[in-house]
Amino acid sequence: MNQARNHESTSTVEESVTEQRWRVVAPPPSEIRRPPRKDPRTTLAVGAGRLAATLSQRLGAGSGAIIGGRVALLLQPRALRRLTRGRRVVMVTGTNGKTTTTHMIVEALRERGGTVSNATGANMLDGHVAALMTRPRAPYAALEVDELHLARVTEEFEPAVIVLLNLSRDQLDRVGEIRSVEERLRRALRRAPGAHVIANADDPNIVSVAVDHPRVTWVAGGNRWKHDALNCPRCGTFLDGADEWRCVCGLVRPPADLTVDAEGVTGPDGWYRSLELALPGQVNRLNATFALAAALVLGGDPDTALRRIRDIDQANGRYGTVSLGGRIVRLLLAKNPASWLEMLDLVSAHRHPLILVVNSREADGFDVSWLWDIDFECLDGREVVVAGDRARDLAVRLRYAEVSCEVAGSVEDALTRLPGECPDVLANYTAFRDLSAKSAAP
Amino acid sequence: MTKESVLRIALVLPDLLGTYGDRGNALVLAKRSSWRGTPAEIVTVLSSSEAVPDSCDIYLVGGGEDVAQHAAVRFLRDGGLRRATQAGAPVLGICGGLQVLGTGFRTGDGSYHEGLGLIDVVTEPGASRAIGEVVTESSVDGIGVLTGFENHLGRSRIAEGVQPLGQVVHGIGNGYDAVEGAVSGHVVCTYLHGPVLARNPVLADTMLEWAVGRPLEPLPEIDEIEELRAERTNRIKFRSRHPNAQRSQ
Ligand SMILES: [Zn+2]
Repeated sequence: MNQARNHESTSTVEESVTEQRWRVVAPPPSEIRRPPRKDPRTTLAVGAGRLAATLSQRLGAGSGAIIGGRVALLLQPRALRRLTRGRRVVMVTGTNGKTTTTHMIVEALRERGGTVSNATGANMLDGHVAALMTRPRAPYAALEVDELHLARVTEEFEPAVIVLLNLSRDQLDRVGEIRSVEERLRRALRRAPGAHVIANADDPNIVSVAVDHPRVTWVAGGNRWKHDALNCPRCGTFLDGADEWRCVCGLVRPPADLTVDAEGVTGPDGWYRSLELALPGQVNRLNATFALAAALVLGGDPDTALRRIRDIDQANGRYGTVSLGGRIVRLLLAKNPASWLEMLDLVSAHRHPLILVVNSREADGFDVSWLWDIDFECLDGREVVVAGDRARDLAVRLRYAEVSCEVAGSVEDALTRLPGECPDVLANYTAFRDLSAKSAAP
Repeated sequence: MTKESVLRIALVLPDLLGTYGDRGNALVLAKRSSWRGTPAEIVTVLSSSEAVPDSCDIYLVGGGEDVAQHAAVRFLRDGGLRRATQAGAPVLGICGGLQVLGTGFRTGDGSYHEGLGLIDVVTEPGASRAIGEVVTESSVDGIGVLTGFENHLGRSRIAEGVQPLGQVVHGIGNGYDAVEGAVSGHVVCTYLHGPVLARNPVLADTMLEWAVGRPLEPLPEIDEIEELRAERTNRIKFRSRHPNAQRSQ
């Protein structure tokens, strides 16, 4: 609950969330010089993009949608700006939870007319253009965006809502260090002063990104992974991982507008809704609260939004039970230390066998030193088989954690070694993607 | 070694210098000591602590961002780490840790910072980041082939009298004279992550022997580690025969 903001009024949470710190912001310059509504170049680019997408799909050349987006961008470099005109766009970014939260926002807005989304996880500009092209008349768009690409997006247009989930170490050889990602996101927000930002109050890196923005709704639901926020992102002072952190430089954990715990979501003035999700874990309760906040900002009804979110049982294959190699398994994505922590929490609720799969392809990052940031010691006594390109790195890590495991040549091979109960498969990015593609509905 | 016969491993400033799984090196040392019957304690020295104790048996300094390295040098300048090093305690500096322990380093913004001067190495930024798998042949007695992963912009020149840790077989390393790392007394510096002691148990045991001041019983060979080493060094051999193949990974 948020005593600090001291609401005297009887306003509902919808009003509190949308009206707080409201101010009139001049539209960005790009919006003033409005080009003609009918833009032949964009129309042509979209037509050509669709053609390319169709051709590519027929030829079986992978994801046609992305190719369509690329072609459209080549013919009309301003395609993103043109295609977002007149729509209310929610951009979702952060290290973990982008796909699930975006999916939740699409569901939460279902009642309010069409929402386009880059549900395939193609989260850079070509993926956005591809998604927007599919339904040029849908009034809403919910798009996940790679942390490094939000700045490119806000150069093109000002989103209605920007959701900032969390920041932690991920793919160090590609994304680089948190500090530079945080600075880039801060720059992205400076270009979008009229957007409504929904940000994680418990993540000091996210607070640093959002705190100077004029319109922020703060969401809180705890922060399990603290190793990337031990020191103040602004001045480097040690913060000690306390929940109510406050730095000498003035950066402080803001009072939350919406707080989610194991029972429900609490807002200002005693506003409360219980929250029961089909998806497991506190991490998804937090994702759901972000989605709820986005729906509220866009004028949605909280109960309708929550009902829709509650019924989601998987997002782009994540958390889904699937059939793989003739067996029923649960597929869990664990791509970096923070998400491994969440997934290891999830699997600690049962004693089923576990298959851990780690690849190190380009999309995963080539360096797997981060395996040593994860406390695999909690798997002591569990039945574990490891697989993937880096199965041996995992095996060595587990050896030093004194967790015994078997090394399998593939997940199918791992399954034959585990004839008993249905195992959970924890896989990092490309491993998860490949398994997802191979799996079938149970 | 302390009289209670507990090996104390100092993990120095992991909040500032802990970007690449560097805690793993402490874990490897602790286990390899306790598997031989000497329990180990990991002493975590955060930047909020008063000082670095000089009573630990081994010191580990990891890598971090430019600002963090600069802050680390200020914190470590006159303290327990210097005294312990002078008394002969083994120190392992990884990546940014190499630069912090060295004479000085220039950061990406062009400014020059003095290091701790515990080893005579000077680091300048290179033209591009060195990222990928590394294999070296160690010039230190008994260490043999080292494997790791490098990710650094700095190029480090070692002074005369400082021994490189290894000759580069594959990868960039220090960026001068095809060598990697630096060794002076019991101070060992390297750009290798992996973590380096997980991939190279002989280096871990060498540092443990320096810490206890006597040779240690060898541990039974651990298959997982030998297989990992073979996998990591074999792919490099394959790539050297196929010069057009992509490096890294
Ligand atoms: Zn601060």
